[in-house]
Amino acid sequence: MSGRGSHALTPYVAVVRARFGVLLQYRAAAIAGFVTQCWWGGIKVMVLTAFFAASAGAPMTLPQAIDYVWLGQALFTMLPWSGDPDVARMVRTGDVAYERLRPLDTYAFWYSRAVARRTANPALRALPMLLTAGVLLRVVGWSAYALRAPAGVAASLLFVASIALVIALSAAVSALIDALTVATLSDRGVTVLVSPLVIVLSGSLVPLPLFPDWLQPILRNQPFAGLMDTPFRIYTGNLAAGGAVFALARQAIWVVVLVLLGRVVMARVMSRLQTQGG
Amino acid sequence: MSQIIVEELTKTFRVAERRGGLFGFLRRRWREVHALQRVSFALREGELLGLIGPNGAGKSTTIKILCGILEPTSGRCEVGGLVPWRERIRHVARIGAVFGQRTQLWWDLPVADSFALLRDVYRVAPDDYRRALDELIALLDLERLLSTPVRQLSLGQRMRCEIAASMLHRPRVLFLDEPTIGLDAVAKLAVRDFVRTLNRDRGVTVILTTHDMHDVEALAERVMVIGKGQILADGTLASLRHDVLRERRLRVQFAEEIGDFEIPGTVIRHRSGLSVELSFDPRQTPAHALIADIAARYDVEDVHVDEPPIDEVVARFYARHELEAR
Repeated sequence: MSGRGSHALTPYVAVVRARFGVLLQYRAAAIAGFVTQCWWGGIKVMVLTAFFAASAGAPMTLPQAIDYVWLGQALFTMLPWSGDPDVARMVRTGDVAYERLRPLDTYAFWYSRAVARRTANPALRALPMLLTAGVLLRVVGWSAYALRAPAGVAASLLFVASIALVIALSAAVSALIDALTVATLSDRGVTVLVSPLVIVLSGSLVPLPLFPDWLQPILRNQPFAGLMDTPFRIYTGNLAAGGAVFALARQAIWVVVLVLLGRVVMARVMSRLQTQGG
Repeated sequence: MSQIIVEELTKTFRVAERRGGLFGFLRRRWREVHALQRVSFALREGELLGLIGPNGAGKSTTIKILCGILEPTSGRCEVGGLVPWRERIRHVARIGAVFGQRTQLWWDLPVADSFALLRDVYRVAPDDYRRALDELIALLDLERLLSTPVRQLSLGQRMRCEIAASMLHRPRVLFLDEPTIGLDAVAKLAVRDFVRTLNRDRGVTVILTTHDMHDVEALAERVMVIGKGQILADGTLASLRHDVLRERRLRVQFAEEIGDFEIPGTVIRHRSGLSVELSFDPRQTPAHALIADIAARYDVEDVHVDEPPIDEVVARFYARHELEAR
């Protein structure tokens, strides 16, 4: 209550920090995930190589596509393809009402937890993946399939900015999933609906530039492109500086839209929760 | 002035009733459940209120409304000048709450980490936190528990930590919903001692719900009985006892075999060997007169006068109101 030396964001930063610390403990899962992602990455690279060999005039070069794949494997756990398992558990047990006992804005509280989740897992898995794809593949002589450095200094900086927006966007989608989980009293329905959308529309399954031309305007402007496609195309140089800044703005707009949407859903859900009882 | 004011508080839940059959979902019906009906009471700062009543009586609903978790259907409610559900964030920063069946500690983390998180969540200044924590460690004997992950604690240990967790921000009002449920005797006593210290020495206002009448006996000067969403009694435990079951019990241990045995103004409750338990109404038959009478007639080894156990008083009270309601 005293507020002495206490910033407005202190509680939320504390939630992110604590949650991040807990998630870092799941090292065995990270190793298993890493092995799976290496495997899938290898398959995707081989498929793309065959695809590029058989076609001409692709919208991106093969090396760009390979970088895109490896980055996708490294940052796979940044994708918001499911809600917070803790929220799902609280919905089942009725503990969700007790989240309201904390002197926190419940949306910001859950958003903070989502930020921790979408950064802790990649923090564990990204580095080994990047080392494997960027260094190990070269060492063993498969340089053609290896991850290359960013397209340039500008691309590097824009890539970092874009990744920051990925975290914000991914947390917004996660928090929205959480709110919908409370609304529907189960995480199953929402996850079944959202996870294929996220995996396909982010570019995680197939790089978005490889989809047909007539789909491109739609793919570029939908929110999930900002989860992977945008930063990866910046990294590989597939998006030039001007287009990159524009793409960052698009990411930011989607963050705002999804946060507002999440807040509206959360407010409605919480008022209904109040009339039905915990 | 009252710290907690509740006036005409009413809470009606609408519960969906699914009907069977192929098109049952088309004919969804709503059933109304009256969880609270025009409940009114007030609590001064520093009071300790024991809230009792059978399951489903409305105890938890009352607590949830007072905590700001639930919004009532109608009626007025203020805690320390704030309307809990309307000014939720400011309100919950000033109260503490423990729900015996839930946990607010992070399962995978050491207790100390959960406490540190709560310190930041409640924006407690470092010095204040250190002082509050030291005091809680001493009162609840937490020293050795702090570095233990919550999942490794026994229920009694965990409950001590839960209560400490709810007091780190030094709230002036504490809500305890079945804090002793499932605890062993030692842990129950520790919880009661702590709550008593908070209330008597620190002046913290406490509202406690429980099914353990010994909690109420040990702690609450004021007891409120809720049943079917209404307040059925509000007063001291002594006055409740006085209303419901005035009789006393006399246990007599005789020194020698007695034959037929009858004392006017008493009823024999049990008899086994040389021991007899009688019940009597102290207004008509004063205890000293009764004992003198028996001692004059028989060779008595020992006597013991007692009130009926509080559980029995409460059970009778519940039974009486069940009947009246029908």
